[in-house]
Amino acid sequence: MADQRKPVRKPTAQKPAAQKPAQGKAVAPRPRTGEVGAVEPEGYTSLIEPRGAVSEFLAPVGGFGVTLSNMFRPTVTEQYPSEKVPAKPRYHGRHQLNRYADGLEKCIGCELCAWACPADAIYVEGADNTPDNQRSPGERYGSVYQINYLRCIFCGLCIEACPTRALTMTNEYELAGPTRAGMIWEKQDLLAPLRSGMLQAPHPMVEGTTDTDYYRGEVTGATPAQVAWVKEHRPDDPTLPGGAGLDAANVPGETAAEMARTVAAATKQGAR
Amino acid sequence: MTILSSGPTTSLVPAAPVAPVEPAGETVSFTVDGIETEVPKGTLVIRAAEQLGIQIPRFCDHPLLAPAGACRQCLVEVWAPGRDGKLAKMPKPQASCTLEATPGMQVKTQHTSPEADKAQHGVMELLLINHPLDCPVCDKGGECPLQNQAMSNGRASTRFVDVKRTFPKPIAISTQILLDRERCILCQRCTRFSEEIAGDVFIDLQKRGANQQIGTFDTSVLGFVGDAPLGASAEDTSGRPFASYFSGNTVQICPVGALTSAAYRFRSRPFDLVSTPGVAEHDAQGSAIRIDHRRGVVLRRLAGEDPTVNQEWITDKDRFAFTWQSAPDRITTPLVRNAAGELEPASWVEALDVAAAGLQAAQQPDDPRDTAVGVAVLPGGRLTLEDAYAYGKFARVALGTNDVDGRARPHSAEEEAFLGHHVAGRTLDVTFADLDRAPAVLLVGLEAEEEAGIAFLRLRDAVVHRKVRVLSVAALASRGLERLSGTLLPAAPGTEAEVLDGIGTDPSLAATAELLGSAGALVLVGERLAGVPGGFSAAVRLAQRTGARLAWVPRRVGERSAVEAGLLPSLLPGGRPVADSAARVDLAAAWGIDHVPSETGRSTSEILAAAHAGLLGGLVVGGLELADLPDPALAREALDRVPFLVSLEVRQSEVTDRADVVLPVAPPTEKSGTFVTWEGRPRPFPQALSSHAMADHRVLDRLADALGVELGLQTLEAVHAELDQLGGWDGARVGAPDVPASEPPVVAPGSAVLATWHLLLDGGRLQSGEQFLAGTAKRPVARISAGTAAAVGVQDGAGLSVSTDAGTLTLPAVVTEMPDHVVWLPTNAAGAGVRDALHVDAGAVVRLAPGPRTVEARS
Repeated sequence: MADQRKPVRKPTAQKPAAQKPAQGKAVAPRPRTGEVGAVEPEGYTSLIEPRGAVSEFLAPVGGFGVTLSNMFRPTVTEQYPSEKVPAKPRYHGRHQLNRYADGLEKCIGCELCAWACPADAIYVEGADNTPDNQRSPGERYGSVYQINYLRCIFCGLCIEACPTRALTMTNEYELAGPTRAGMIWEKQDLLAPLRSGMLQAPHPMVEGTTDTDYYRGEVTGATPAQVAWVKEHRPDDPTLPGGAGLDAANVPGETAAEMARTVAAATKQGAR
Repeated sequence: MTILSSGPTTSLVPAAPVAPVEPAGETVSFTVDGIETEVPKGTLVIRAAEQLGIQIPRFCDHPLLAPAGACRQCLVEVWAPGRDGKLAKMPKPQASCTLEATPGMQVKTQHTSPEADKAQHGVMELLLINHPLDCPVCDKGGECPLQNQAMSNGRASTRFVDVKRTFPKPIAISTQILLDRERCILCQRCTRFSEEIAGDVFIDLQKRGANQQIGTFDTSVLGFVGDAPLGASAEDTSGRPFASYFSGNTVQICPVGALTSAAYRFRSRPFDLVSTPGVAEHDAQGSAIRIDHRRGVVLRRLAGEDPTVNQEWITDKDRFAFTWQSAPDRITTPLVRNAAGELEPASWVEALDVAAAGLQAAQQPDDPRDTAVGVAVLPGGRLTLEDAYAYGKFARVALGTNDVDGRARPHSAEEEAFLGHHVAGRTLDVTFADLDRAPAVLLVGLEAEEEAGIAFLRLRDAVVHRKVRVLSVAALASRGLERLSGTLLPAAPGTEAEVLDGIGTDPSLAATAELLGSAGALVLVGERLAGVPGGFSAAVRLAQRTGARLAWVPRRVGERSAVEAGLLPSLLPGGRPVADSAARVDLAAAWGIDHVPSETGRSTSEILAAAHAGLLGGLVVGGLELADLPDPALAREALDRVPFLVSLEVRQSEVTDRADVVLPVAPPTEKSGTFVTWEGRPRPFPQALSSHAMADHRVLDRLADALGVELGLQTLEAVHAELDQLGGWDGARVGAPDVPASEPPVVAPGSAVLATWHLLLDGGRLQSGEQFLAGTAKRPVARISAGTAAAVGVQDGAGLSVSTDAGTLTLPAVVTEMPDHVVWLPTNAAGAGVRDALHVDAGAVVRLAPGPRTVEARS
C-alpha cells in the first residue's frame, strides 16, 4: 500500500487543500507520517475472519449471551471480611524477623535493609553481643528495629538485601490502626514466634559453632548447655523444658497487639 | 569579625594569611596514560596521576606516610628510556606508590594497559582470598576502600573455594582500639603511623607468609618504666603496656575494618550518618574534625583535613571524648532556686527576670551598710571568641565592672601583664608552620604531648624530618620529650625562671643559648609558667636576649579567645589596656556607651577571695570547674557564701548546685562559633545538631536585656559585625612584666617540691561518660628520684603518700631520673586531683611518706 503513495511528503503548508481540518477541531491533524522521510506504516488488516450471515443477524443480542452464561458460573466475589481467603504464597505482606532453630535471632543489625529501602521505612541500630546478652550468632545484633507501615510500599527490596535471611515477608496484609505511631512496628512486634525446640534469646551460641555454621543450617535446635545457661540466668523462662510453654513466650509486641485488636474490631464490624 | 577576608591590622582576630607558594625546584616531565605532565622532581607516579585525575587503586599509600609498596594494588605498566635512550618496557608491572617519576617515562595505568589491569585484578584477588565476607557487620562497610576498589578493580566473582584463614577476634590492643586480624590486608598504614608520626609503636608485623599478621607484643616482654594505661591493654614494642594518645588515627586510616574503636563498634553504618565539619573543643590546637551524627545523636568524630593545623591527625581525646555534650546531666531548661532552697525548672522569662533582679540587688543592695556589693564574672576557659566577647561586654556594659577573668586555673598578675604585653592582639605571630621551620624549640612549662597534642605531632615531624632540636625546661624528661629526641634542662619547680635567666650567662647552658640564637628559634611557654614567680618575665628577657620568638601555648580551647576578647581584669578586647584612657574612649565609642569602667578589675583569685570574705554581691559564672581552680575548697566556700550566683552551664556541676539561677547554654555541637588556637588563628565551625539550646552570647544578650541594657549580641552575625567594627588596637600596650625570680623554697627532710602537670586523659569533666577512652589514660603514678626514694624509704612501685595540711594523695611511686627533693604527680588524674586533695600546685612543698601497703603493685 505504501508504494501507492508518494514516497516523500512535503510539509503540509505546500499542499493546503490536501488535508481538511477535522470537524470541530481548529487545528489540522498531524500528517500520518509524523516525520519527514519516515517509513509509512503498513495498513491494518483484521485477522478475525468475517462473520457469516447468521452471526451477523444475531449480533445485536449476542451480548446477552455473555450475561446468561455467567449466571451459571461459580461466583468470584470474596466475602471479606466474613470469609478470609489466604493470599498467594509469595504475596508481599508484613515483615517478620526470623530466628535460628535454637531461638537466636537472625538479624545482625547491619542496616542493609534500611539502606535498600526506597521509602525510608526501616530504621535499625546495631549493638554488641556480649556473653551475658547474646541475641544473635556472631558479634553484632540489631538492638533497634522499626518498620513504618505508613511508609512501606511492600516492594521487598529489604528482604533481598538481607544477608542472613533474617527479614522475610509474611502473607499478613491486614495492617490498620487508629494512630500513626501505632503503624511503626518495633522489633518485638516483628520477631517471628518461637517454635518448639527454640529457647528464647539471649543465650549463648551452640558450643563450638560459628555464625557461619548457623547460616549453613547446621544448628538444629537448642542444646542442653544452652538450656542450662538459660535455667541459671532466667529460671522462669517459659521456653525452658517444663516451662510455661510457647504460648506464654509468644506474647506479641504492644504495637502488634494493638493492631490485632483494631483488625479484629474492624472484622467484626464488617462481617455479616 | 571577618574570618575570611580582612587585613591583619583592622580585625580583632584576623584571618590566616595564605601560605606562600614555595618556588618549584627541578621538574620532571613524563606521561601518564598518554597525558604529558610536569611535576617536581621526586614526585611519585601515583601522586602525579592523582593530580591528572587518573584513579589508581591503592591501600598502603598515604600522602603523609613514607612510601611502603606493601599492598601492591597500584601496579602500573611503565616504559622508561634505557641507557641507549630508547624507550623500553619494564619487564614487570611497577608499584606506582613507590616509583618516582623520571624524565621521558611513560606510565600506563589500568585505564590504558590490559597488563596493568590484569595485574591489579590478580592482586585484588589475592588480597580477598583471606578477607572475610563479613561486610554487613563490619564498621568499615560502606566507606571501605577495599570494598570500593574490589568493585572498581576486582573480579566480579570469586574463584577461591577453600576455607579462609581465620583468627580469634577481636584483639583488644587497648580498651579503645580493637584489632580483627582476619580483615587485615597488611598494608602497614597503622604501623607506619605509629612509628613515623606518633612515635609510640604498639603493633607490628609478625610471622611470615600466609601467617603474617599485625600483632601486639607478647606479655612476656618485660621491663617497662612508667606510663601504664588504666585499662587492660596489650604491650608495645618496648614492652610497655600500650598507652597512646593518637591511636584513634590508625582506625581512621585503616583501609579495611581491621582496626576499629570500641566506642563506635557496631553503633552505626556510614550511610546513615550526617557529617558536619567541626573544630575540636578539648585543646587550644584547633584541630579540624568531622562530626558524624544520626537522628540528633553524635556517634563518632573523625579527623578533618587541614594542612595548616592538624594535617590529618587528631588526639584520641578530640576523637572520642564527645559524650559529655549529651550526658544525662545536661541542663535543658532554666532553673531557679525556690523558697525551699531547691532548684526547679522555670521559663526563660522567669529565670531571666529573677537573675536580673538578683544582679541588680547585688549591685545596689537595699541596705547601704551591706558590704557585699558588686557583681563579678568568671566565664571559664572553654569559650568561643563570640561567647568570650559577650562575657567581656556583659561585665563592662551591663554590670559596669572590670571584675572579669577567664582564667580558671593557677594564674598571676605577672601572667596577666605578659598576656597583655605579648599575646593579646598579636595573632598568627608564631604558627604551626614555624614549628616545622625552626632550628630549635624551647618548651618552658609546657608538656607538648599532654597539653598540645597537635603541636607535639608537628614538632615530632620536624624533629624526624628536619632535625629540629627540642629543649624542655621541666622537672623530668617525659616519654613525650624522649619521643621528640628532646634535651631536658632540668629545673625543680619554681626555679624555671632561674634556668631561663641562666641561658646565655651560664656556661653550662651555652649550647642552648647558641641554638636559641639561630634565626627562627622559638620559645613556647605554657600556662603552667603562671605558677612560677618571675617565669614569664624571664621568658620575655630570654626572647629579647637571644632573638628567639616567644609564643604562649595554653591548654584550654578558650584561653586565647579570652585574651583576645579582653577577659582579663586589666585588658579590654583587642589588647586595649584598661589603664589607657585612649583605649577606653575608643572602646566606649565602639560600644556606644558613656565610658568603660576605668578601674582595673580583680583576678579570679581576688574575686573568689572577695566572695569568700563576703565582699561580693553576686557572681555570674560560665563553664567553670571548681576543681580546676588554684584552691577548690576556698572556691566552694566562696560560691556558698556569695549572696547571688548565676550559672551559665551545659551540664549540672558544682557551680550549678550552688547557683540561684541556672541558665542552660549550648555545647559546641549545638552552636556555631569560632575557637581561637594558641597561634591566634580563628577556627570557625558550624552547628552540627539542630537544637533549641542557646549559645552563651545569646543568653548574655537576653540577660542584659532583662537588666535594661542592650548588648546587641543576639546573633552570631551581630557579634561578628561588632568585632569587625571594633578592630584591633595599635596604641600603647600593657608593659612587659618584670618580676624577680623567687628564691627556691627550703626543703626539709621528708618533704619535697611538688612538680605537676595535666595529662591529656585524666579526670577532666569533658571526658566523662567515655569509659573506653578512660581506659587508655595513663595510670597515675608519683615520680621521684632514686635519691629521694631512698631518703623517704619507698621502693619503686610501692605506695607513696604525698600530703599537705589539707590532705593526702597516695599513688604508686616510680623512680625516675629527675632532681632530688622533687615529686611529680599528675594534676588531675581520675580520683587523684592534686589541687582538690592537697590545695596546692606546682612549686609547693609537700610531705612524703611511704604509703599504705594496699596500693596496687604496678602491673
